[in-house]
Amino acid sequence: MTALLSVIGLGKKFGGLQAVQDLDLTLNEGEILGLIGPNGAGKSTVFNLINGVFPPDAGRALLEGREITGEPPYRVARYGLARAHQIVQPLLGMSVLDNCTVGACFGRENLPLHRAREVAREVAQGVGLGDRLDTLASTLTTAGKKRLELARALSARPRVLLLDEVLAGLNPTESERMVHTLRRIRESGIAILMIEHIMRAVMSLSDRIVVLNLGRKLAEGTPQEIANNPEVIAAYLGDPQRMPEAEGVE
Amino acid sequence: MVGILASVIDGVLVGAVYGLAAMGMTLIWGVMNVFNLAHGPIIMLGMFVLYLVATAFGLPPYAAIPATIIFGFFFGVALYWIAVHRMIGRPELMSLLSTFAVNLILIGLGTALWTTSPYNVPVEMPGVTWQGYTFTGTHIVAAALAAVIAGLLYLLLYRTRIGKAIRAVANNREAAELSGIPTTQVLSFAFGVGVALAGVSGTLIATLFPFTVLSGEIYQLKSFVVTVLGGLGNPAGALMGGIALGLVEGLATPFMPVSWIPIVEFGLFVLCLIAFPRGLFSALKR
Amino acid sequence: MWRRAFPWVIASAALLYALFPYVTNDVQLRESLLLAAVYIILASNLNLVIGYAGYVNFGNIVFFGLGGYICLYLVNDLQWPVILAALAGAAGVSALALVFGLGILRLRGAFFALATIGVNAAIAQLVTNFEPWGGATGIYLAIDAYEPLGGPMQALWTIYLLIVGLMAASLLASYAIRNSKFGLGLIAIGENENAAAVLGVPTPLYKALIYSASAFLPAMAGGLYFFKSGIIEPGGAFSLRTSIEAIVMVMLGGSGTVIGPALGAFLYEESRGYLLTAEAFSHFQLVIAGTLLLMIVTFVPGGLLGFVHRWWPRTRRWLE
Repeated sequence: MTALLSVIGLGKKFGGLQAVQDLDLTLNEGEILGLIGPNGAGKSTVFNLINGVFPPDAGRALLEGREITGEPPYRVARYGLARAHQIVQPLLGMSVLDNCTVGACFGRENLPLHRAREVAREVAQGVGLGDRLDTLASTLTTAGKKRLELARALSARPRVLLLDEVLAGLNPTESERMVHTLRRIRESGIAILMIEHIMRAVMSLSDRIVVLNLGRKLAEGTPQEIANNPEVIAAYLGDPQRMPEAEGVE
Repeated sequence: MVGILASVIDGVLVGAVYGLAAMGMTLIWGVMNVFNLAHGPIIMLGMFVLYLVATAFGLPPYAAIPATIIFGFFFGVALYWIAVHRMIGRPELMSLLSTFAVNLILIGLGTALWTTSPYNVPVEMPGVTWQGYTFTGTHIVAAALAAVIAGLLYLLLYRTRIGKAIRAVANNREAAELSGIPTTQVLSFAFGVGVALAGVSGTLIATLFPFTVLSGEIYQLKSFVVTVLGGLGNPAGALMGGIALGLVEGLATPFMPVSWIPIVEFGLFVLCLIAFPRGLFSALKR
Repeated sequence: MWRRAFPWVIASAALLYALFPYVTNDVQLRESLLLAAVYIILASNLNLVIGYAGYVNFGNIVFFGLGGYICLYLVNDLQWPVILAALAGAAGVSALALVFGLGILRLRGAFFALATIGVNAAIAQLVTNFEPWGGATGIYLAIDAYEPLGGPMQALWTIYLLIVGLMAASLLASYAIRNSKFGLGLIAIGENENAAAVLGVPTPLYKALIYSASAFLPAMAGGLYFFKSGIIEPGGAFSLRTSIEAIVMVMLGGSGTVIGPALGAFLYEESRGYLLTAEAFSHFQLVIAGTLLLMIVTFVPGGLLGFVHRWWPRTRRWLE
């Protein structure tokens, strides 16, 4: 298995707070890696460090062997890494199709406008937005906006997809559809690194899981191994909100 | 040498008044993220209050100060509701344009009332002579009054409940709202204070120099420079920034032609914006 | 782009615009239309930065003024032919804009707006102190400068045509950019710069390019306009008031659209002309302008075209 994305010794400090420390992570081709941990563990920070929102204080990040440490977001996107945010960022004044076209134009393939529009159309349809291509992003429902966030990231036809809590705020039916969609994405050859709090989904989707606590890697392994890891359970028990989810109850 | 020192001291005195003007601007920005582009005409109105009080009504000139503060405050609150309230939370361009609209309206009305001729209000104040240089009495009084008013602002912000509310809203509006603070009222109050500060600085400036309906514009630009120097949203910084600007002007005057000084100021301004977005003083603190 | 209807509409309208005063031989009309055309050029190009990329260039007039100064200096002191001089001015100003832009485009929102005011004010002051360019009094064009164009009367007509040409170029450029990949990236930046960057839009490059590009045609128009006027001085060349009126025009017509700014500029300029001539209103021109601006910003921020698009959504497709 080739490592598509590797993170070595990543660290970041904000003022007095060590948000991420000494993190090693590998994402292999064709796999879904779940990134979990209690609130404040530093998961979103890790994403920000990887895709260039801010540079790390220590460590390196490599995409397909290429150094992307500290590179600005647009360059990382061009190298083939796309991201869907926890708090969605639709381009509100533009249509669904135009939103995805931006992704297709400026992503890994750097397509010309016409071709990009075709790709965008395909991707949007694949994600279930085919009936709303010309709607303004601002008029979509929350579920629609989440779907758009994903579609836009996919339109870039990335090699690696960073997903930040894409299941949050979805009802069970929508959730089920999204899980289905994510599986299809993996099958199409895109590797996924996903932050997720909804344990049932993470456990069933991920090939491997990395647990973060207080900025450090606490454990790594298959979903089975993680579910039975006493340290992981303790970390979640220490965070009372998460306890029911850690036990697999929604 | 003494000449330069005298120039610098005088610059510092006038700078205190610049600082006062900028305090109004920076307070408004700090609390509601709005740049008041009507700042210049408001300064101009303060100047004309002096004219009205001293010349039209024949009262002692410095009586204009409380008059400007009171009228300025209520005028500011009215302006808030007319031009600013609906722009809060919308893209910054909107409030820039709405306050600029007020700028246009005020200049238009001012021109209609007073034309663009120069006005002068002679204020008699004994000066202070030192080493053969005379420091104009009005400059000293203006600086002193600026300091006093700045002190009053400090008391308002740090020793009253409304001041606390203002600081809370400036810090985090949502949190303040959730704590039960009536943020909209606080915003309008803060805007009134900011306008009052700008107005009274105009009144003080009018005791120093002659002025026209268009004079406010230069002081608005100077206020921008000072606000950026001192750090946006930081009234203490604004006062220091004003004094610093006055210092720069005082230092520069003996050495370069007057018309070059604005170039230095604007150059400093753009540089500061790019290099020290949080103000020169917070950068120096580190 | 010539396969679509819209550019042909623009080109035909420009042709009519150019020919109308010729046909009627109405000099006053020509003057009025020329001024409107200049404003259309300013507004359309400003729209590229404000409407597309979302950066508010308050000091946009600096391109116009500096272009005017460079052109007049080259014509008056170095005897360059006017068109070449205007082009040189445009190239020079664009290059300068690129350099400045790389610096100030790092700033966001109001900070950027302030910085553009600072740049305009600084350059105005520099020019006021620059003796080779006439300092505070400015440059007065010698009357024989018009000889190569066939004398003053003929020159005025030629300049008019050239400016209408620049106006057409501005509108066509707006259209071409808006429907290109570059334009898509710019509009994404205008919507949400951070999201655009994450999507791969090379934000620093695109911003600098559009800022620089938006300087070219106004600078050239400035050269031609001040050549026609015969004089240029710092106050008129770098007037912050005019700069902001350009913004008002963009907002009035509809920021981010192709013809919105042109409509806004035309309407504003024509009504202003009317107001100015009506003696009673001259004082109140500013009051009216200010009130108009306040109304637009408060109630119809999308401007004319925004209003039309909102009530008749189908027009979004063809009325850009």
